[in-house]
Amino acid sequence: MRNLWTIARREYKLYFISPVAYVVAFLFLLVIGYFFFSEVTTAVAYSMYYPTAPGVEILISPMVTLILFTMPALTMRLVAEENRTGTMELLLTAPVKDWELVVGKWMGSFLFALTLLAATFIYPIVLNFLVDPGIDQGLVFSGYLGLILMTGSLLAVGVAISALFSNQVAAFFVSLALVLAVWIIRPAASATGTGSDVLSYLNLVDHFLTFYRGTIDLSDVVYYLSLTTLGLVLGTVFVEIRRWR
Amino acid sequence: MIEVEGLTKDFGARRAIDGLTFNARQGEIVGFLGPNGAGKTTTMRILTGYMPPTAGTAKVVGFDVTEQSLEVRKRVGYLPETVPLYNDMTVYDYLKFMADLRHLAEAEDRVLEALEVVNLLDRAEGYIGNLSKGMRQRVGLAQALLHKPEVLILDEPTIGLDPAQIIEVRKLIREIGKERTVLLSTHILSEAQQICDRVLIINKGRIVAEDSPEHLQSRLAGAQRVSLRVQGDADGLESSLSAVNGVQTVVARPDGTWEVETIPGIDTRPQIARAIVQAGYDLLEMRAMGLSLEDIFMELTREEPEPPAMDETEAEQVEPEPEQETVEEE
Ligand SMILES: Nc1ncnc2c1ncn2[C@@H]1O[C@H](COP(=O)(O)OP(=O)(O)OP(=O)(O)O)[C@@H](O)[C@H]1O
Ligand SMILES: [Mg+2]
Repeated sequence: MRNLWTIARREYKLYFISPVAYVVAFLFLLVIGYFFFSEVTTAVAYSMYYPTAPGVEILISPMVTLILFTMPALTMRLVAEENRTGTMELLLTAPVKDWELVVGKWMGSFLFALTLLAATFIYPIVLNFLVDPGIDQGLVFSGYLGLILMTGSLLAVGVAISALFSNQVAAFFVSLALVLAVWIIRPAASATGTGSDVLSYLNLVDHFLTFYRGTIDLSDVVYYLSLTTLGLVLGTVFVEIRRWR
Repeated sequence: MIEVEGLTKDFGARRAIDGLTFNARQGEIVGFLGPNGAGKTTTMRILTGYMPPTAGTAKVVGFDVTEQSLEVRKRVGYLPETVPLYNDMTVYDYLKFMADLRHLAEAEDRVLEALEVVNLLDRAEGYIGNLSKGMRQRVGLAQALLHKPEVLILDEPTIGLDPAQIIEVRKLIREIGKERTVLLSTHILSEAQQICDRVLIINKGRIVAEDSPEHLQSRLAGAQRVSLRVQGDADGLESSLSAVNGVQTVVARPDGTWEVETIPGIDTRPQIARAIVQAGYDLLEMRAMGLSLEDIFMELTREEPEPPAMDETEAEQVEPEPEQETVEEE
C-alpha cells in the first residue's frame, strides 16, 4: 500500500510539470466551457420558442468524447518513458512488486484525471443557478460516476499499452487506436448481425448509456471495474515479460 | 554474502554468461574485470533481481535471487552502469522517492547523509537534468548507499568522475568494504589493484582467473625484468651484465636503455648495479618492470590463438568445453 502511494504521488506531481498534461487540462476546462457557454446562450436566445432548459447532458456528452481521446495522452508516458531512459532498472531492482509499480502508476494518472473531473464540476454548479428549478442532481451523480469509472478503465488499458513500449508516441497511438476500435465496435456489430451481442457488450461507450440516463446499472459498473482490472493485470504481465526478455 | 553457482544467461541464441561460479564474503571487495561484452553487467543485473538467470543459482545474503527476489533487493545497493535517473526531479526529491520505496525510517536524514557522503549537499535542490555526468554518477552512488545495504553492487562506479572524486569514491568503497560486501566492475586495472581484495577476470561469460591482484601478478609474471640506463658509451656492458649470477638475457634497446631479464624469485638488482659500477660505467637509472595487470589481462582475454608468450602458468584457464562455439586455446 505504501509503495502504491509513493509511486502514485510521484506520477501525480509530475503531471503538473508536464506540457502534455496542461494541454489535456486546457481541453477539459476550456472546450467543455465553450460547449457549456454556447449551449446556454443558445437556450437563452431561443427560450421563447423552446422553453426547455438545458440539462447536465450538455456537459456529460462532450466530456465522454474528450475522455476517450485524451486519456491515452495521460498514460502514454507512464511506463514507456521508464523503459526508454532505463529508469525501469531502478524500479525493478528496488524492493517493489511489479504489480505495485503498475497499479501505483495507474493511481497517479487516475488522481490527476479525478482532479480534472473535479474542476469541471464548476459547470453543473453554475448551471444549477441558471436554470429553474435547478438541475437533475441524480443525473449529475450517475453521470459523474460513469465518467469516473470509464476514466479509470481507460487509464488502466493505457498503462498496459505503455508497458509494452519504450516509445511514448507509439504507446499513445496504439492506445488511441484501441479507443477508436471500441468506439466503432457497435456499428460493425450491427452490420455483421452475428455476435453482435458480444461485440456490443465490449463497447466502452454503450455501458455509459445507463449512467447518461440517470440510472446506475450494476452490470455496467462491473464492466468498467473488470476492464480496469484486466488492464492492470495485463500491464503487470507486460512488465514481467520485459524482465525475462 | 554472494554465492553464485553455474550462473548462465542466454539472450536468444547469444550466451552472455556461461556457468559462472564465484563467492564473495562479508567484508570483501571483489572486482569484476573483463573486456566489453564479457558479461559483467549481465551478472550484476541477475544478482540485483533485475532479470532472472537462464540456469544456475545465485544467492545474496542467503536469499535466492529468483525465489526471494524482494528480500535480495531490500539488502542490495545497486549502481547500474547507465546511471538511470529522473531528469525532471530534484536530487533531493529523487533520493527521497527511492528512500520511500525502501520504507526507510527518517528518510530525510538518510537522504542528507547520503548526499553528504558523495559531496553533493549543495546541489540537493537542483534538477538532476542539469547535473554534470560525474555529479549524476554521485547521485547514483548516493542512491545505492541510502539504506546502508549489506551488499553493494557497483557497475563501473568511477567512470566519468574527476581525479579528486575518483580518489574519494575509491576511499569510500574501501571504507564500506570493511564490514560489507562490495562487487564492482571496472576497466581500470590500477583501480582493481588499489581497491579490490580479489579480482575475477571474466571473458566471454566465463571466469578465466580469480585471485588477489598481487597474487595474480606474481603468479603470472614468469620472469622479472629490469630496465637500465647508463651514461655515455656502453659497448662492453653486455658481457659484464651477462656475467651476473641470475641474469638470463640482456637486450640493448634502440633508445639506449638496456633490458635485463632475470630468473624469477630472486632480486638481482644490487648485483647488477655493482657489476655496472665495477665495470666503470655510470648508472643513471634502474627500474624493475613487473608484468602489469594490464599485461595479464591482455594475456588472459586475448582473442586470436597465439602461444603464451613466456610462461605456462595460466593455471586458472577454465577447462575447454567442446560444445562452445568460442575458440579457446590452451
Ligand atoms: N538485453 C540484452 N539483450 C540481448 N543481448 C544482451 C542484452 N544485454 C546484454 N547482452 C549481450 O550479453 C553480452 C554481455 O553483455 P554485458 O553488458 O553483460 O557485458 P559487460 O561485461 O558489462 O560489457 P561492458 O564492459 O561493455 O559494460 C554482450 O554480448 C551483450 O551484447
Ligand atoms: Mg557492462
